[in-house]
Parts: sequence; C-alpha cells; structure tokens
Amino acid sequence: MSDKKTVLEPNEKINIENLLRDLENYRPRRRGWTWRTPAPKLHMGPFAYEDASAPLKQSLGLPSSKYFDGIDPQPMSSITTEIASGRFEDDIRRMRMAAWHGADHIMVIRTAGQSHMDGLIEGTPQGIGGVPITRKQVRAQRKALDAIEDEVGREINFHSYVSGVAGPEVAVMFAEEGINGAHQDPQYNVLYRNINMLRSFVDACESKKILSWAGIAQIDGAHNANATAREAWKVMPELIVQHAINSLFSVKAGIRKDNICLSTVPPTAPPAPCVFMDLPYAVALREFFDEYRMRAQMNTKYMEASAREATVTHVLNLLISKLTRADIQSTITPDEGRNVPWHIYNVEACDTAKQTLVGLDGIMEMIDLKDDGPLREKAREIKERACLFMEEIVEFGGYFKAVEEGFFVDSGNYPERNGDGISRKIEGGIGHGTVYERDDDYFAPVTAHFGYNNVAQYDPDAEDDPAKLIGGSTFEKPEKIVYIDELDETDNVRLRLKEGAEFRDTAKVRPEMEWLADGIVMINMFLPLGKREAQVAALEFAKQMNLEDAEVINVEIMQPAEGTRLELKGKLPGFVDISKLDIPPEPHRLSDDEIRAEVERRPFRIVAGTVGEDEHSVGLREIIDIKHGGIEKFGMEVEYLGTSVPVDKLVDAAIEIGADTIMASTIISHDGIHYKNMRRIADFAIEKGIRDKVTIIAGGTQVVPEQAVKAGMDAGFGRGSHGVDVATFLVEERRRREK
Amino acid sequence: MKRQDDFESRRKKLASLSDEELYQRFWQLTEQVVDPLVALGKRHTSPSIERSVLLRMGVSSIETKPIIEGCIDRGLLPKGAGHVVYKLAKARQIDVKEAAKLLAQGEAWDEAKSLFAH
Repeated sequence: MSDKKTVLEPNEKINIENLLRDLENYRPRRRGWTWRTPAPKLHMGPFAYEDASAPLKQSLGLPSSKYFDGIDPQPMSSITTEIASGRFEDDIRRMRMAAWHGADHIMVIRTAGQSHMDGLIEGTPQGIGGVPITRKQVRAQRKALDAIEDEVGREINFHSYVSGVAGPEVAVMFAEEGINGAHQDPQYNVLYRNINMLRSFVDACESKKILSWAGIAQIDGAHNANATAREAWKVMPELIVQHAINSLFSVKAGIRKDNICLSTVPPTAPPAPCVFMDLPYAVALREFFDEYRMRAQMNTKYMEASAREATVTHVLNLLISKLTRADIQSTITPDEGRNVPWHIYNVEACDTAKQTLVGLDGIMEMIDLKDDGPLREKAREIKERACLFMEEIVEFGGYFKAVEEGFFVDSGNYPERNGDGISRKIEGGIGHGTVYERDDDYFAPVTAHFGYNNVAQYDPDAEDDPAKLIGGSTFEKPEKIVYIDELDETDNVRLRLKEGAEFRDTAKVRPEMEWLADGIVMINMFLPLGKREAQVAALEFAKQMNLEDAEVINVEIMQPAEGTRLELKGKLPGFVDISKLDIPPEPHRLSDDEIRAEVERRPFRIVAGTVGEDEHSVGLREIIDIKHGGIEKFGMEVEYLGTSVPVDKLVDAAIEIGADTIMASTIISHDGIHYKNMRRIADFAIEKGIRDKVTIIAGGTQVVPEQAVKAGMDAGFGRGSHGVDVATFLVEERRRREK
Repeated sequence: MKRQDDFESRRKKLASLSDEELYQRFWQLTEQVVDPLVALGKRHTSPSIERSVLLRMGVSSIETKPIIEGCIDRGLLPKGAGHVVYKLAKARQIDVKEAAKLLAQGEAWDEAKSLFAH
C-alpha cells in the first residue's frame, strides 16, 4: 500500500507534484467495477425521488439547486465523462471537476496511433487527441481518483481501451493497476483499425480472460458502425449483430454477463423524428440483450458545431435511456463537433445528463411503452432483420468469410446491401502472420490465461493455479510488477511541469480550456452581416481584442442579410497576478431566519420612493415586494410613496409616520443627478433634525455604494443588489446604533 | 454485394415465430458464429499474448520485446515464451526474472532451444 494517503481539501488545488511522488509504491485499493447504490424513495429538500442513487458527500448541484439548499440528487445510472487532452496531469484537475458534478466513470482516450503500437508504452509522453496510456499515467490517475472519490464520497470507475495489437499486455497492466472499465471488441480492431482478423480474435480471448479476472466491466465497440455509416439508422440490424458477437464471445472467454456492457447509441438526431426511429431500436436491443448491461452513449453522427443543438440531441438521447434502460450513461461533450473537449464542456455534459435523468425521475411509474402499434411492429422488424443477418453470416461460412465479403458497415438496411461495406482479408491487415498454433507442450505459468495450457507436464496439481509454479504471478504478488518511470528524457511530465511552473500553484493566472495556462478564451458575437463577411470581420475584432491564433468555431445564420451569430476562440497572451489585486470580500448576508427574528423583536418603519423626476419603479419594487424576494418577506413593512417623489416629501413622510428608515431609489444618473439627490435628502434630514434618528439608504442600477456614502447615505446599493442585502444592512446598522 | 431490400420475402420463415422463439433462434445463430472464434483462440497464441504472459511473470515490458523476438526467430513461440523462460530458469536453478534478463540480453538462447529438443 502507498504509505501516504492523499487527502483533498475542497478549497485547495490538487497537488500534481505530490501525486507523482512515491508512485512506484502505489497499489490500487480495489479491483472491478462499482455500481451506484440505490436510494429508493430518497428525500432531499422538499422533494422525494423514485429512482435516485445515494447522495454524495460533497458535490456541486445544478445552478438552480441554490433555491433548495444546494441539494444534488444523483440518478441511478453511472455517468461517464471522456477526458484526454494529451496531458494527463492537466486531465486530473478536470476529473476532479467532473466528479464534483456527478461523473463516476472517467474514460481516458488513447493518443492517436496507440492501437498500432506493438507493446506497452512507458513513461508520460505528451499525446495527440488523447494520452499515451502507460503504467505511470494509469497509476497517477488512479491514485488521484482514489483521493477524489474519498472527497465526493462515491467510488469512481476508471476506464480505458484494450484494443490494437497490444491488447493482452494492456489488459494485464489494467488488471494490475486497478482499472475498472475497458473497451474490448475485436470487431473494432478488424473493421476500423485494419488489424488482422485472426490476430484480433486470438488476442481478444486472452484480453477478455484477463478482464474477467479483474472484474473489469467491458464496453463493446459496435456504436462505431453508427458513426461511420452515411445514413446511421440503416445499420440498426448490423449493430445488433455486432453486439451479439462480442457479447457471446466475451461470455465464452470468461466474462460475467453483468460485466458486459453494450455501447449503444440512439442512431438518429433531429431534424429526423429521432425518438420515433430510435425508441423501437432501443427496445429491440434491450429485449434481445436482457441479460447484459446497457452503456448508453450519445449521438455524435450528426453533431455540428452548435453546442446548443448537440445538447438538445443529447437530452433526447437521455429520454431514450430513461424510457428503456441505461446502466451506464455516457456523455458526449457538446463541443466535440468543433474541438478536443474543454474542461467546461465535460462538466456541462455531466450536468446535462444529471439534470435530465433527475428531471425524468419516476417517469416510468406513470407511463408504459405501448404493447401494440408502431413501437412493437418496428422493434420486431429490427430483430428479424438482425436475425436474418446472423443467419447469412452462418450461411457464408462464418464471421471471417462475412468480413471478407464486406458484410459490415454497409450503408444498406439489411438485407438491403449497397456494396459499400468495409472488407478485410483474412490474409491481410496489421499483424497478419503473427498467430501461432500452440504445441502440445505449450505452457504459460500465469493466472488468467485463456485456452490450452499444458500445466500437467510440470505439476498436475497446478492445473487450476499455473502461477503456483513460479510462486505466484503479478496478479497474486503485485510486488513482482516492474514499474518503469520514464524512458524519454525529452518528453515527460517532469519537463511539462517545469515549463508550466510559472502558473502552477502560483499567484499568476491565465484563462484555460484544456491545459494549464493555455490562454484559450471563447468570445460570443453577433454581427449584423451575412455569414461570409461576418466570419472575416469577427477575426478582425479578435485582433482588436489582442487574441492570438483566433479561429471562428461556430457560425449560425440569424437571417441571411440581417446578421450572423459567431463563436470564436483565441489565446490571451497576458496574465493576472492575483496577489496584486484588490479583491473586496463577498457581500455578507444574514440568514432569513436571523433577519425575521430581528424584525419580530423590533419592527422596522420604512418609507420608500423613487426620488426626483424619475418614473422608474421596477428596481425598488424588487427590493420591497415579497414576490421578488424583497424585504417584505422578512416581515418588514414599507410605506411606498411611488415614483417622482420630491426629496422633501420623502423626509416629511418619515417624520410623519415616525419612520426609522428612508429608502430612496434613483435610476436616472445623467449629470450625477442621482448623487445630487442623495445629498439633498441627507441635507434635508439634517435641517429637519432627524438625521441621526433615521437610517437613509439609496439604490439604483448606476449607484456605486462608496459614492452613495460620500453623498451622505448610510449605504448605497448598486446593480445586482437584492432584498436580503438591504435587509442585512438594516439589521446590522440598527444593532450598531443600539450599542 | 448489392441487393434490394427483400426483407418481406426473407422474413417469411420468421413470421410465425413468437418473440421468444425469435430470441432463441437469434442466440443459437450467434453461438454458431462465435464458437469457431473461441476454438481458434484456445489453440493459438500471439506475440502480444506471450508478452502479456511474461509481464505476469514479473518481466519488465522492455525485456518482453527481445524475448518474444528471440522465440519467434528460433521457432519457440508455439511452446510459449513463458515456458522458455521457465525452463531456462529451472535448468539453471535461477529465478524466472534472471532467466528473462539473460534472454533479453541475447544470452542463453542456444541452451533454451536445446531444452525443447526431443
């Protein structure tokens, strides 16, 4: 075990240097996947939930949760976020943010080309479109997730990929290092990575056996057919076939059915009537695979650069999940259509899933899917098409022959065939000719080895435990694992940390989206121009804003002549030293109960009005009215005099009713008239001899509190002030005066 | 292959099946597709499988590569790379880690090969 446990404090950044220390002695604390704990009939705040899971110890609720004491109900599905910016050390911070928003399945994408690497990568080189998956990277991130899961109070499943030509080795490393979930599907290798079919399936047997030993939940790769085909919905029968092949193959290689998860995507998106098309498919799939788990992924096929459009599609995907079943709900970041996901969008995607699943809580207690009509007819049709597909594979002489014939990823709705499927030759692909038949004396003295193993030649008693012959393999004796720190002195995390030291845990800060201090910002803009001119003009504005490497990342036409909406990204070269900033403390507020108790003890008498020749009433009404959360809700009674109240009348009214407080609203600010009016109220109160008996405050959108005090007020309230701010001041000011 | 959608004629043999029967048929067909793939895996091995065996024996990833290449060059992979290391360790009465180190350095290969000669 690691000697020092990392403990995180919510207000402290995770310290990457500390995390990397002593990694050679780190051991994962558990093996296998952990599902969420159901919390039936959970009560949180004023609500009861039908299908929530156990709440977190610390987390961040949806923005609106602030109205309900920050409650953060968690749905039953595990929520996935995919993180891989190329620098695993920066990804760790993102993992923590995602976990605080409800992610408990963190998936790390491999760097481009890793599936063709023959062997394990070691060390911590920088990646492209993902991170090089290495023992050190996995270990550091697993160690970080241990601390993060303690912080949020829920197990976090860590996930990556077991594919390519080094699958079994990667699987061994994952089993040793406490990985909890993995993609493994030999069909993916064959179809999309052009790895030789024989090699791919032979390797997969071993990989799956290892995954099963480690209790790792497996996700298949079928959904890629959906992303590849031109008309995504037409591959539904094939998707079912691919799922079935990998699922049953996995069972036969040793994986428990409840650890086999189908990666399933609702194939369509608006403007298609997507739920009408996707729901029968979802139902058919779940009926055929009733013993397996569902990992629901979101649609990427029709994803454009609009984050809003992507989010709506994803919400519709979540509706399908809720109407059917999703054990794992994966998320796609809404910016995936335009760049490698940014921090904020990982969090946004988790929030979208959480919000939608919680919002749909209990829906199946109220509705049923119909037993007749188009849903049943279409589901049956999809199943029959899938069954016919499988039958034709058998007729053609099996899986390999079918692949050679281009059966898969054909754009036709099976049995329709368009002749555009992916064909691979059994005598071709990467790794062709690297499969060897085992001799009769073949032997491997290790745990979780698949297939023929002549252990008996050495010890018939060791057949169930071949590793006994070497005194235990690394699975029983983790101290035998050889930990390699770094192999490349010019490309590793130590160098990257040194480069970024100026900004890491110092007072210097720069905006970021992916990597520490990358400087990337996003600008939203509307230009009253057509699309083409708008795009060019937007980049000119970016120059004026001092943005480097500016790029337009989203364009939406509002009307061809009237205007275009744009989003651009660019880099800010500057930085801010927060140690040199004057940061005023957050406005302090008393609790509602404390204010009410004060009002009950001694009521306030308040007169209020908008002064001068000023007809604005909205601001003051918001401060007063109970329906806007104004001071009336604390039991404060206000004599409201209306708008355009002369200054002397306001003070006279206060004297008349014996008020202890005068509240003046002043919106018009032309020529400083608002401060002049404040000065006149103060002077008039002095003239009348009541200034020290009344608290006088003024507010308005253009009021700067300090300026109001200079103009003779006891306090001023500017834009963004609420009733509770005014009430807090009045209560505390009175306490001060009472002393 | 190009083919019009002839689902209506093909489905005739399935039309009379209940949902449960269709389910059974689908999984029986799947089994027919999958079984030969599993059988293939049982009797074959690959460089990656053998490297994964060596890893589990406590051999470093850096050493696995030359050992596998050495086995392939000498026709020993069908014996199992772990087997080669194991047999050398036994013959020399050293532990498997040391045996692996020798082989990774290109040493003791003739001896290793001779151990498998009948």
